[in-house]
Amino acid sequence: MIRSVPRSRWFDGLYLAYLVAFFVYLALPLLVTGVFAFNDAPFPSLPWKGFTLDWYLADGSAGRTGLFHDDGLLAALWTSVRVAFWVTVVSVALGCVNAVLFERLQFRGKEFLYVLMLLPLVIPGVILGVSILVFYSGMANDVSRAWGIELDVFRPGMPLVVMGQVTFITTLSTLVIAARLRKFDPQLEEAALNLGATPLVAWFTVTLPWLLPSVFGAAAMAFLMSFENFNTTVMLTGSDTPLTVALFNRLREGSTPVLNAVALLLMVGSALLAMVVMGRSESRPS
Amino acid sequence: MSPSAGRLSLWLLLTPFLLWIVLLVLVPHLQMLRVSFQVRESWDTLAWGVEQYQNFFTESYYWRTFVRTGVMSLLTTFLTLIVAFPIAWYIARLARGRARGFLFLACLIPFWASELVRTYGWMILLRESGLFSAWLQALGWADGPVEMLYNDVAVIIGLVYNGLLFMVVPLVTTLDGMDENLVEAGYDLGGSHATVLREVVVPWAMPGIVSGCIVVFMLTLGSYLTPILMGGKDSAWFTQQIFTQFITRFNWEQGAALGVLLLVLSSLIVWLGLKLTGQSLRKVLG
Repeated sequence: MIRSVPRSRWFDGLYLAYLVAFFVYLALPLLVTGVFAFNDAPFPSLPWKGFTLDWYLADGSAGRTGLFHDDGLLAALWTSVRVAFWVTVVSVALGCVNAVLFERLQFRGKEFLYVLMLLPLVIPGVILGVSILVFYSGMANDVSRAWGIELDVFRPGMPLVVMGQVTFITTLSTLVIAARLRKFDPQLEEAALNLGATPLVAWFTVTLPWLLPSVFGAAAMAFLMSFENFNTTVMLTGSDTPLTVALFNRLREGSTPVLNAVALLLMVGSALLAMVVMGRSESRPS
Repeated sequence: MSPSAGRLSLWLLLTPFLLWIVLLVLVPHLQMLRVSFQVRESWDTLAWGVEQYQNFFTESYYWRTFVRTGVMSLLTTFLTLIVAFPIAWYIARLARGRARGFLFLACLIPFWASELVRTYGWMILLRESGLFSAWLQALGWADGPVEMLYNDVAVIIGLVYNGLLFMVVPLVTTLDGMDENLVEAGYDLGGSHATVLREVVVPWAMPGIVSGCIVVFMLTLGSYLTPILMGGKDSAWFTQQIFTQFITRFNWEQGAALGVLLLVLSSLIVWLGLKLTGQSLRKVLG
């Protein structure tokens, strides 16, 4: 089963067939989603009726509303972008601080706190959403009942969605940044201190530039994860729904090629983002 | 650094971490636990009790779904491992140079699209008016449209698809670090394929297997989209019941109790998995 051990032709053939089948399984759903975004028919199914850009560009006059004229979807897209922006900012900032805390400092109870830091990864997303809903929205209800003060930030809506997503995305960004900080040679920082830099200057001129690739990597990941998240978001969303929730609601009513158009756009967008980040990290010597 | 400056920087770094973990993870979960033991007597009076948990055990609909979700998640995790292992083996040990990077990238691509997009792709393939049905008819293997969606097999296909990346990546990482001499030695000592796999490869890959299984199990148990969109009328998922209690029926007490039960189930199985294989959470996730 390794290169140096001879295998039978029969086994090799079977293995190859399995690989091909696997990659077909992997590609097929995405391929059909993309292709049917351009089918000139009201449903994403065969037969193929010819190529059209209507599902992007139609302005509603011919009974079809393309993505770029669909105000509901565009508003949802904008909500998702805003949520993802704030989630990225907060979780990457927290990730940097946590990484330094766990990689560079020694203190009592560190092991215990590290395991606490990992916890959000083993809590189902729905539960993260539910617990935040129960606590913050419940608090808003209690405050309103007791004192008549309306704490609207804590009602389902954008702030709660951001909080819910930050909960688990922070753990991921911490792990990404900490992995790179672990490879940092502290002598570089000591050299800067010996040359007369203050700790703060040394941090910003030596350590932070070293961390930057992982910070960008963590930011791209945080943005994508936030954009795609459904399980936590669905529990916390108010009247302005992010894109995944809006798509889900549409999908329950029935599927149209507009959904394919959005899906293809999402795939292309996240692929581009992923490629930019990968290209960045490859071009920098680590 | 003087001790007091060291102490100050420790607290400066510790504070954001504590705020995040306490305000977004610990307190909300404790509050969820508290609410699950509250019984609503009238619109503004509450008493302590276990009524919600009694409901769970007396209403067979609740606990049947609970057991079903757990069993199907375990099955999905197992299938994902079986499907992913040969692929990870090929990428880590058999593919060379460019092919290796290319195949690994191909495994990542579907995960740049969101769970919703992936599930949607499967719906286009499997449903009555879908592609597989059309192909079967075109080939003359079926007389009329065939419905392949809305059953448990479809749900499992979708769930395995969703979990693959989280299984392939840790497996490739651990298998990559394995010394081929160990495998050769296994064959030299007269081991068959099965013996070498069982005695050498699997023990070596165990950290990757455990971390992949934990993540896939967690994601499957807590998934919402795939079972709802691809499952039939009778194939409810436990997350759906939590959602119904919170959002549709506004019965937070019951929803919180169901949430606690799901959390207990997932923690218990993750804990058991770690204990049985002698791994620690820190080792497999951190």
